Amino acid sequence: MSITVIYTIVSLSALGVVAAVILYFVAQKFKVEEDPRIDEVEGMLPGANCGGCGFPGCRSFAENMVKANDISDMNCPVADSQTMAAIGHYLGFEVSAQDPKIAVIKCNGTCSNRNKTNNYDGASSCAIASSLYAGDTGCSFGCLGHGDCVDVCNFDAIYIDETTGLPVVNDNCVACGACIIACPKGIIELRKKGPKDRRIFVSCINKDKGAVAKKACNVACIGCMKCAKVCPFEAITIDNNLAYIDYNKCKLCRKCVSECPTNAIVEVNFVPKKQKEEIIAETEKPENS
Amino acid sequence: MGLRTFKKGGVHPDENKFSANAPIQSADIPKQVSIPLGQHIGAPANAIVQKGDTVKVGQLIAEPNGFVSANIHSSVSGTVNKIDTVIDASGFKRPAVIIDVEGDEWLENIDRSADIIADVKLSKEEIVEKIKSSGIVGLGGATFPSHIKLTPPPGKKAEVLLINGVECEPYLTADHRIMLEKGEETVIGVSILMKGAGVSKAYIGIENNKPDAIAHLKNICKKYKGIEVVPLKVQYPQGGEKQLIDAVIRREVPSGALPIEVGAVVQNVGTAFAVYEAVQKNKPLFERVVTVTGKKLEKPSNFLVRIGTSTQQLIDAAGGLPQDTGKVVSGGPMMGKALSMLDIPVTKGSSGVLIFSESESKRRKMEPCIRCGKCVGVCPMGLEPYLLANQTEQKMWEQLETDSVMDCIECGSCMYTCPADRPLLDFIRLGKGTVGKIMRSRN
Repeated sequence: MSITVIYTIVSLSALGVVAAVILYFVAQKFKVEEDPRIDEVEGMLPGANCGGCGFPGCRSFAENMVKANDISDMNCPVADSQTMAAIGHYLGFEVSAQDPKIAVIKCNGTCSNRNKTNNYDGASSCAIASSLYAGDTGCSFGCLGHGDCVDVCNFDAIYIDETTGLPVVNDNCVACGACIIACPKGIIELRKKGPKDRRIFVSCINKDKGAVAKKACNVACIGCMKCAKVCPFEAITIDNNLAYIDYNKCKLCRKCVSECPTNAIVEVNFVPKKQKEEIIAETEKPENS
Repeated sequence: MGLRTFKKGGVHPDENKFSANAPIQSADIPKQVSIPLGQHIGAPANAIVQKGDTVKVGQLIAEPNGFVSANIHSSVSGTVNKIDTVIDASGFKRPAVIIDVEGDEWLENIDRSADIIADVKLSKEEIVEKIKSSGIVGLGGATFPSHIKLTPPPGKKAEVLLINGVECEPYLTADHRIMLEKGEETVIGVSILMKGAGVSKAYIGIENNKPDAIAHLKNICKKYKGIEVVPLKVQYPQGGEKQLIDAVIRREVPSGALPIEVGAVVQNVGTAFAVYEAVQKNKPLFERVVTVTGKKLEKPSNFLVRIGTSTQQLIDAAGGLPQDTGKVVSGGPMMGKALSMLDIPVTKGSSGVLIFSESESKRRKMEPCIRCGKCVGVCPMGLEPYLLANQTEQKMWEQLETDSVMDCIECGSCMYTCPADRPLLDFIRLGKGTVGKIMRSRN
C-alpha cells in the first residue's frame, strides 16, 4: 500500500521536473523581447479603448508612444493633462498640456426652428436616410435626428433630446471623435472646451444662400458677414455663406452673439447678460440657448 | 414546354397595370421647366447656356462632362431663367437649367411628321455618334448612356442584342403602350441598334401578361430580318439586364462583369423608340412616356412628357392627388423612390409616377429576423440578403465584400418577401455604397 504511494509521488515528481526543464528551454528559445515600458504606459492610460488618439486601442497607442521620438502630437483625449504629463515624464519627454476638447452639435434645427416638409419612415439610421435624400426639412445640411452618433458613443455622452429631436452632448464627452465619424452630415465638431466650459460657436452648417437657408430654418447662418465685421480678433471667417469661428483666435468677447440676426451663434455656460436673461437662461446644452 | 424565365429567385407581386389601356397622350407643355443636368449615370453634364439665352426645342443645352455622361437638350422653347440647384427625383439638390416657356418652336432639322421611315441610311459609326449626340440613355430607369453600350471595350464583341420589353415592375405601362402604339418605330429602332452594335440577331423579351404587345410585335417582326419576339413568364425582376440575358439566351454574366462579357447588349424598348426618333427623325431625347397611376387615382394615364415638367402637373392631369395619399413614388413600386415633394421634374429616367394611399404606403414595424430564408430564396443574384443586411449593421465591410454585396441589383425582392418586415434593401444599399467607396479608394 505505502509503496504504491511512494511510487506515485516519485514518478509524478520526476515527470514534473522533466516538463519544467523542457518548458524552461522552450520559453528561452521563443522569448519575445518587449519593451517593459509599454505595459507601464498602458497601465497609466485610462483604458477606454475608444480610438480617439487615432490608434486602434490603448495598447497600440502605448506601443507607438514608446517607439516615438516625439510625442508632442500624440494625445489621449480621455486622459487629463496630469496623466499625459506623467506619461511624458516617464518616457522622458516634455509634454505641453493640450486644451481639453468637447464635441459640439452644429445644428440648432429643432422642430420649431425648422419645419418638416416630409415624413421619413425608412430604417432609423442617419447613414441610410442621408444616402436616400436631402432630409425631411428644407435644410439639406442639418441634423437628421436618427441618432447614429448616440449608437457609437462609448461614454454615454450624447443623447437625442425628445423635444428638440437633436443630439445633446453632456459632460461625459471625452472628445474621442467617434460621433464625428458616424455623422453622415458632418454636423459635429471637436472644439476647445474653453475656460470654465465657456464656448461660442456657430450652430449651423447650412451652406445655402441666405434667403434659402433662412426659409428652411429660423436659426440658419445666412452668411451676412455681420459677425465677421464685429469680431475684434479676426476669428470669424465666412466661406460658402457660412460663418466659422476659429476657437484658437476667439477671445469669447460675445460681440458676435448679439450681432447675429438669426441667433445662429451660440454661447454656452456664460453668465447671462442682463438684457438677454430670458433668452439665454440656465442652459448647459449648447442646443437650447 | 413552359415559358422561359430566369433561373434564380424572383417574385411575382400583384401586377396592378391600371393604365394598360390608356393611350399615350401628350402632356401639356408647362410654363416653366427645370431640366436637371444629372439625368444619367455618371458625371452631370456641363451647361452651355446662360441666363437670358433663348433656346428652341431640341437645342443642346448641356454637354457631357467625362466618358460616362450624356448630352442634354432643351425640351421647350423659351428663355433660360437661371441655372440653379433643384431637388430632383434622387432626393438631392442637383444643378438644373430652368427655362421659362414661350411658345413651342422646334429646331428646323427635326422631322415632326408622322411618316415611318424604315430605311436606315447611316453607317454603324454614324449611328453610334447620332445616339451619343442625341443624349440617349437607358430609358428603363438605370439611365446608362446608350452609346457606351454600343461601343464594346477592346477585345470584346457583341453577338446578340436583347431588347427589354418585359416591364416587370408592377403598375408601369409606359413600355407596354410604346410597343402597342409605336411598334413599327420601335422595331425599326431595334434594327438601327443591331446595326450600331454590329450584330445580326436581336430578341425582344416581353412578359406574358402583355399578349397584345407580343402579338403586335411578332406580326411586325415578320418584315424585319433577325428580330425575334420571346414571350417570357411573368417574374420580377426580369427586366434586370442579367436576368433578361439568363431568361432569353441562357447565359450567365459572371460576377462583377458587364453583359458584353457574354456577348450581349441590352436596351429597353423605350430606348429603341428614342433611337428611332434620333436616327430617322433627327429628334434628340427631350420627352419620354411616363405612367401616372395609383389605385385611388381618377384617371391612370400614360403621358408623353417633356423632360423637366413638374410631377405635380402630371398628377393634376391624371385627376389630381387623391385625399388619402400617403406616398408619391417616382419609378416602379419595387425600385422606385418616394418623392420628398411634388414639385420635382421628370427626367430621362422617370418611368412612372405612382400614388399610394396612406394604408398602402405604410411601412410596418421591423421585427427580428426569424431565419426563414425567404430572402435567400427570392434573391435573383443568389445572395443572402439577411446576412448582408446584418453585416452592414455590424459594419463588417470586408465580409460584405467577400459575400459579393456588389452583385446586388437592388431589386427589392428580399424586402418584399420578408415576413418580419426588415428593411433589408435599405441596409444592403448602405453596405454596397460603403464597400464601393472602399474599393474605389484602393485604386
